[in-house]
Amino acid sequence: MIHVVVKLFATLREGRFAEETREYQSGSDVAGVIRDLGISEKEAALILINGRHADLSTQLNDQDTLAIFPPVGGG
Amino acid sequence: MIKTHWQFFRPLEEDSVADVRIYLKSRAQGDVLPWAAQRAAAASYGMTVAAVEEAALTAGLLPARYQRNRKTFSTDDQLKFFRTTVAVVGCGGLGGYVVEELARLGIGRIVAIDPDVFEEHNLNRQLLATVERLGTSKAEAAAARVSEINPAVSVIALKERFSKENGLRLFEGVHIAVDALDSIFTRLELADVCRQLTIPLVHGSIAGWYGQVVSQLPGDSTLHTMYGRCAEGAGVEKELGNPSFTPAVVASLEVAEVAKLIVGRGAPVRQAMLVVNLLDMEFNKFKIGC
Repeated sequence: MIHVVVKLFATLREGRFAEETREYQSGSDVAGVIRDLGISEKEAALILINGRHADLSTQLNDQDTLAIFPPVGGG
Repeated sequence: MIKTHWQFFRPLEEDSVADVRIYLKSRAQGDVLPWAAQRAAAASYGMTVAAVEEAALTAGLLPARYQRNRKTFSTDDQLKFFRTTVAVVGCGGLGGYVVEELARLGIGRIVAIDPDVFEEHNLNRQLLATVERLGTSKAEAAAARVSEINPAVSVIALKERFSKENGLRLFEGVHIAVDALDSIFTRLELADVCRQLTIPLVHGSIAGWYGQVVSQLPGDSTLHTMYGRCAEGAGVEKELGNPSFTPAVVASLEVAEVAKLIVGRGAPVRQAMLVVNLLDMEFNKFKIGC
């Protein structure tokens, strides 16, 4: 098992959390985490792992910090 | 420290402004030029108030309207503002405030781009939206508003929908673009046009309590990195809408970025994203690889 600090932003916090340390299977990727959180792929516009740009297929390591941002496009 | 990538300074026709400069110096109070003198000089010498403003600033005189800027911006900075053309793409929630603040700052030329007219649902947040203006052009409202605030600022109102097809034409002579759009797809086209023209783009977007700001400088592709996964989709604003205060906050942050880029001081939000959360009152900056 690995422990990942998950940070959610803007609307993604609603009904979830702002920041939590969560446990996942070794080899889990970002897609698995957002599925676990009930976040759709189109809601996860920007994904950062340890401050670096990542994608849905990026694998997570123990102690990673995963930050997920929804698309904000209004003007 | 960031270097500016564009050239502000163009040759002055010294002879044609020499006389008016003598007049302006005679009417200045210290180095501050009252508006009445600026307007009188324009009438007497057959010049626009804009031309008089440039003559004053190049002579080291500060139009009195900028007195409260001067601890933040020098007269030389004001001249840089005056000689800068900023395109504001979208004249709605963000764009209304952006145009207002650019004009009060003393930006010499503003290209205001928006194909739309005001509708009733704009009245909750758009600075330029009034009951009287319902059904009228947003771009033209921007020009009308600026002429009331600062007649030395030229506004080119373009009632066109920005795209990568017309972007190069709309941005002729533009030094900096400000993103005040409401579409992610069009934003990415705007980012492409700015990259092609090698001009800075100050991005802002909003949804509900939330917003974000980025300065994409020539060579960067920050917006594509941010939005690449959802280029075709709508943002969360489609469900959240936008209240009155979020566009004012994010527009002000965008104008602060524009000001810094012009005077070449401070640290813009470059290769990074400023994330604004007014619900939890959090401002966070994240690095975004370009």
